[in-house]
Amino acid sequence: MNLDFSDDQKQLQDQVRRYLAEHCTRETVREILEGPEPYDKALYKGLAELGVLGAAIPEAYGGVGLSTLELCLMAEELGRVLAPVPVASSIYLCAEFLLAAGSEAQKKAWLPKLASGDAVGTFALAEGAGRVRQESIRARFEGGSLFGAKTAAPDGSVADVAVVLATSPGGAQLVLVDLAGPGVSRQTQETIDPTRDYARLTFDGAPAEPLGAAGAGWGLAERVMDRAAILMAFEQVGGADRALEMARDYALERMAFGRQIGSFQAIKHMLADMYVSATLARSNCYYAAWALSTEAAELPVSAATARVSATQAFQHCAKNNIQVHGGMGFTWAFDCHLYYRRANALALALGSLSTWESLLIERMRSGNVEQAA
Amino acid sequence: MDFEDTPEEAAFRAKVRGWLDANAPKHLEPELKRAGFASMGVESEDPLAAAKAWQKKKAEAGWACLHWPKEYGGGACSPIERVIWGQEEGVYGALSSPFIIGHGMCGPTVMAWAKEDQKRRLLPPLAAGEEIWCQLFSEPAGGSDLAGLRTRAEQATDGSGDWIVNGSKIWTSGAQNAQWGLLITRTDPNVPKHKGLTMFFLSMATPGVEVRPIKQANGDSGFNEVFFNDVRIPDAQRLGAAGQGWEVSLTTLMNERLSIGSGMSTGFPELFRFCMEAELDGEPAVDDAAVRSRLAQFAVRQSGLKYTGMRALTALSKGQTPGPENSIGKLVAGATMQELAMFALDLQGQAGVVRDDDAPMDGRFQAMLLRSPATRIEGGSDEILRNIIAERVLGLPGDIRVDKNVPFKDIPTSGRTQATK
Repeated sequence: MNLDFSDDQKQLQDQVRRYLAEHCTRETVREILEGPEPYDKALYKGLAELGVLGAAIPEAYGGVGLSTLELCLMAEELGRVLAPVPVASSIYLCAEFLLAAGSEAQKKAWLPKLASGDAVGTFALAEGAGRVRQESIRARFEGGSLFGAKTAAPDGSVADVAVVLATSPGGAQLVLVDLAGPGVSRQTQETIDPTRDYARLTFDGAPAEPLGAAGAGWGLAERVMDRAAILMAFEQVGGADRALEMARDYALERMAFGRQIGSFQAIKHMLADMYVSATLARSNCYYAAWALSTEAAELPVSAATARVSATQAFQHCAKNNIQVHGGMGFTWAFDCHLYYRRANALALALGSLSTWESLLIERMRSGNVEQAA
Repeated sequence: MDFEDTPEEAAFRAKVRGWLDANAPKHLEPELKRAGFASMGVESEDPLAAAKAWQKKKAEAGWACLHWPKEYGGGACSPIERVIWGQEEGVYGALSSPFIIGHGMCGPTVMAWAKEDQKRRLLPPLAAGEEIWCQLFSEPAGGSDLAGLRTRAEQATDGSGDWIVNGSKIWTSGAQNAQWGLLITRTDPNVPKHKGLTMFFLSMATPGVEVRPIKQANGDSGFNEVFFNDVRIPDAQRLGAAGQGWEVSLTTLMNERLSIGSGMSTGFPELFRFCMEAELDGEPAVDDAAVRSRLAQFAVRQSGLKYTGMRALTALSKGQTPGPENSIGKLVAGATMQELAMFALDLQGQAGVVRDDDAPMDGRFQAMLLRSPATRIEGGSDEILRNIIAERVLGLPGDIRVDKNVPFKDIPTSGRTQATK
């Protein structure tokens, strides 16, 4: 029985934490929140040099060749500090798609650049409001060209390459698009979380190449999104833990009615419940990390479990962090809203909570119930 | 990461499995498997006799109280070996229920505070299931505020040094079967409440001890009220100094929360099975979007508890002390079971009110509904557990206590003081 990370892995996590403490301060995040830059390029380069971006990419493609377990812990650290960098879109999604289905040429062309941070990737799925279903995809891939529009593509304003889900004569098809090519236009979107970039991507006959087989697009997308969901769940757990710490620290420091507000049971119990959510989510994430690192049959159930649990934990901790801070928590100057924004943005990335709830039960239904029970 | 045993653990498991295979009371297995919610399930013979027989057999082979030293009747095993035993014992573990209080709470307190000759006299028969213990702590006027207890012990004026006890205790599991009790009393009402308490053990056959079953809100009687009417206890049966009772009680309470919190059921697997079988608008309930959403909520809590437990086992397996995360167990399991029971009845519609043999799954969810309020109170109420997490895990300040430096006799009281007539 060993449901824990190794000492080496924890040491690596600690190294990333120390790096981020120095290079990703609250000012770093606020530069992106308030300034014109879509992400912190210096930080992103630094993370590349530290080996974060290439952690789970094989050395043959310019990566470091560690395992997904290391990447899980790095994700937790990025989530803690709300790192304003395109790691999720580039690494958890784009690079994972290439590793899962890319041709040798595609992998050689893009993975080294993604690992070094010289290129940014994204995955464009949603086309409008509502749950994405295979039948609802309108983007069309025909004769090597892509037509259609995608919304809320993460880091869409800055991405160099996009994985796009489209229909094709042969069925759902993932395609790879060089966003510097012709027929691509993009428009940065205003979102609930301005510390991250989202854009609308429009394709009007943009040259694209298939990624994986025609007809296999939906299944492949589900598979990679499961993996990304686990990594993102670690970000969410990192964010939840940090929001809980902020609330705890404030409850100790803030005086009202002649005493620390943290001595009132109303506050203590709220914080205890936040701890419960964060702990359940962390344990579910460890289970999913195990499944991810061993390619276990339980991966789909564990991914949905971690996703649902971590989404709720981060939302719960972030909203109550504001509550504990009272009026100060609703000021622009305090960081509470940044966690609240990120928690709610991540809750939608990769599909909404209700989507994942449904997926979880569907998957348990098809035979994995013992695992979750 | 892996879910495998270390070679030592695997060897221990094989040994346990071999012994169980040759010795377990297999004729009881079907009954134990069919057991309803919160019952041992043995009906073909006297359940207490069956429990004692199994415990004795285990003790003779060295499998009783694995966490205790051998000289007191235990198995001197490591914590992880104890867990492996529990996994392998499986359904037969239910036969241990009459001994849980004694093995998990009273025994450790006796071990920490009694004199050597007393330990050698009391612990081996407790380990072997020959003598049953009960814990005489809670009172009608002192539950969460245990230190507010009012059962008085006064030293006899005859020079014997004996203590004379008057008062009553409540929510005492197993008192009707117990030979021994661990009793906390107030010996000095003139000092603040935590400072005037003293702990004793006593024979439940002592004159003046009366046990009456409590009829609970759910109609069952799993607990008792115990009355003390001029009960005489020799001073040699005092545990710790006079006035040190609070400190002694903490040994018991820490063990209570550890043992109750581990491996608690939430009822989720049963609910999932029910939703697979039940129909809603002509379709399996599990296919309904709203049902799925609720099920997923319960599923991730169940799974979170399971893997939180495995993280604790990981620490044990490495010879470390588990972190504070295990303190969430009972808090989550109790509330989940109650919500889950209400949801299961909701799915049954108007017929959900029925709890006889016609009810789905033998009325298990109806029984859960009626029993779950107690789970959220016993062994530390939800509120006490949240305080513990807030104070011990998160480092928040303790409550401001208006009774802290007040002599006990000057603290205002109110409320009913008896549950049985």
